[in-house]
Amino acid sequence: MKDFEPKIVCFLCKWCTYSGADLAGTSRMKYPPNGVVIKTLCSSRVDPQHILLAFSKGCDGVFIGGCHPGDCHYQSGNYKTKRRIILLKKVLKQLGLNTNRLRLEWISASEGKKFANTMVEFTDQIKKLGPIPKINCE
Amino acid sequence: MAKPKIAFYWCASCGGCEEAIIDLHEDILKVAELIDIVFWPCAMDFKTEDVKNMQDNEITVCFINGAIRTSEQEEMSKLLRKKSQLIVSFGACSQLGGIPGLANFWDRESIFASSYGGKCPSVDNPDGVVPQEVSEVPEGELYLPRFHNTVKTTDQVIDVDYYLPGCSPAPYLTMQAITTILSGDLPTKGTVLAPNKALCEVCSRNDSKPEKLSIDKINRVSLVEVDPEKCFLAQGIICMGPVTRSGCNGENDGRCIAANMPCRGCYGHPSEVHDVGAKMVAALASVVGLEDEEDMSEADVQKLLDQIVDPAGTFYRFSLAKSYFRRKIMTDSKEEK
Repeated sequence: MKDFEPKIVCFLCKWCTYSGADLAGTSRMKYPPNGVVIKTLCSSRVDPQHILLAFSKGCDGVFIGGCHPGDCHYQSGNYKTKRRIILLKKVLKQLGLNTNRLRLEWISASEGKKFANTMVEFTDQIKKLGPIPKINCE
Repeated sequence: MAKPKIAFYWCASCGGCEEAIIDLHEDILKVAELIDIVFWPCAMDFKTEDVKNMQDNEITVCFINGAIRTSEQEEMSKLLRKKSQLIVSFGACSQLGGIPGLANFWDRESIFASSYGGKCPSVDNPDGVVPQEVSEVPEGELYLPRFHNTVKTTDQVIDVDYYLPGCSPAPYLTMQAITTILSGDLPTKGTVLAPNKALCEVCSRNDSKPEKLSIDKINRVSLVEVDPEKCFLAQGIICMGPVTRSGCNGENDGRCIAANMPCRGCYGHPSEVHDVGAKMVAALASVVGLEDEEDMSEADVQKLLDQIVDPAGTFYRFSLAKSYFRRKIMTDSKEEK
């Protein structure tokens, strides 16, 4: 599995994590290019349907970045995201998916370093897990 | 002019959909005057050969209920597709996989191991006989249909024109569908022949829902006394109303709600929803623990959500086969931290 380059979808909240990723870029920090970024207005805009669709289309990992608790631009979106991801992980486990393929992190606009490190770590973790198995519907 | 020909067929189903047609009561006589029923294995004596001998597109409309579990059901669906101008996917099992679709949490191997391998207490099988697709007997070879690994919906096997949702479809919707189709004024292909509003929208208990709904404890109907007028979610009981199509009881409350039971989701999703389970995760997690969300640690949230017994089975009760995943992944089970 040495040559395996995972496909990762990153849903980043516009106000915090996306700006953090921007900072990582402008500061020329190095991190793996496996994550494809989708900017959302809030981490709670990410519908669990989006996550399941990504996995079912062969995505090896899904990352969601939001503002730290208390910092949500819309007051409480990130609390909802937290609860949704916890519940979704329970469902994913029952659906046989390794829940380490899904990760939620709070990264602020000033935490470029944290974003870069998280990407390194998460990509590495997905590499160890290997490609997502093809769903066999025979 | 010859009367339009109608056929009914059942695949992996309980027979409730056949009952739903009988439930047309006297209306079925009106229908019978207008049409010829040319195939209905449950109620009338026709054979597969009769269908095979028909011309292509000879049947005006064929109602297929039940999910696709075996190769025989797949073959019959394909045959009926060839012989019919229109196919109506009838009932939750046909549209979404339904209750048989829950078998997609397992695969053929584990189902056989459980059913024939002595694990199932209601099966007496001391010799461990496992059904074979081909078996030799003195008279020759005997065949059984192949048991698929995955339960499929009708539209995953053949092209479907319309859907009638429900477990089972409400007779008034069935009657409406037959009348519409016979009138020749056909709706757009792929239409679900039921209202497109969520059940909560038409629910009379909607007014009893507080402005800010917050669930601090998950209750189960069997363990609490259910208030017959209050919103189920406000009582902490999981109700699939937010993600389920209305229409099971006309303009009135859902059939289950009227019987003081929460909605289980048999009418499937309104057109805006694509994966019922995921949408229910979003809906429910939004209101569970809303009141003290700022003070709740991850462990607190985990503890609260752990009260939901079997979330996947509850949210996907009727729709697992039609979900994005369609089934459980059997091979990604590396130990988790």
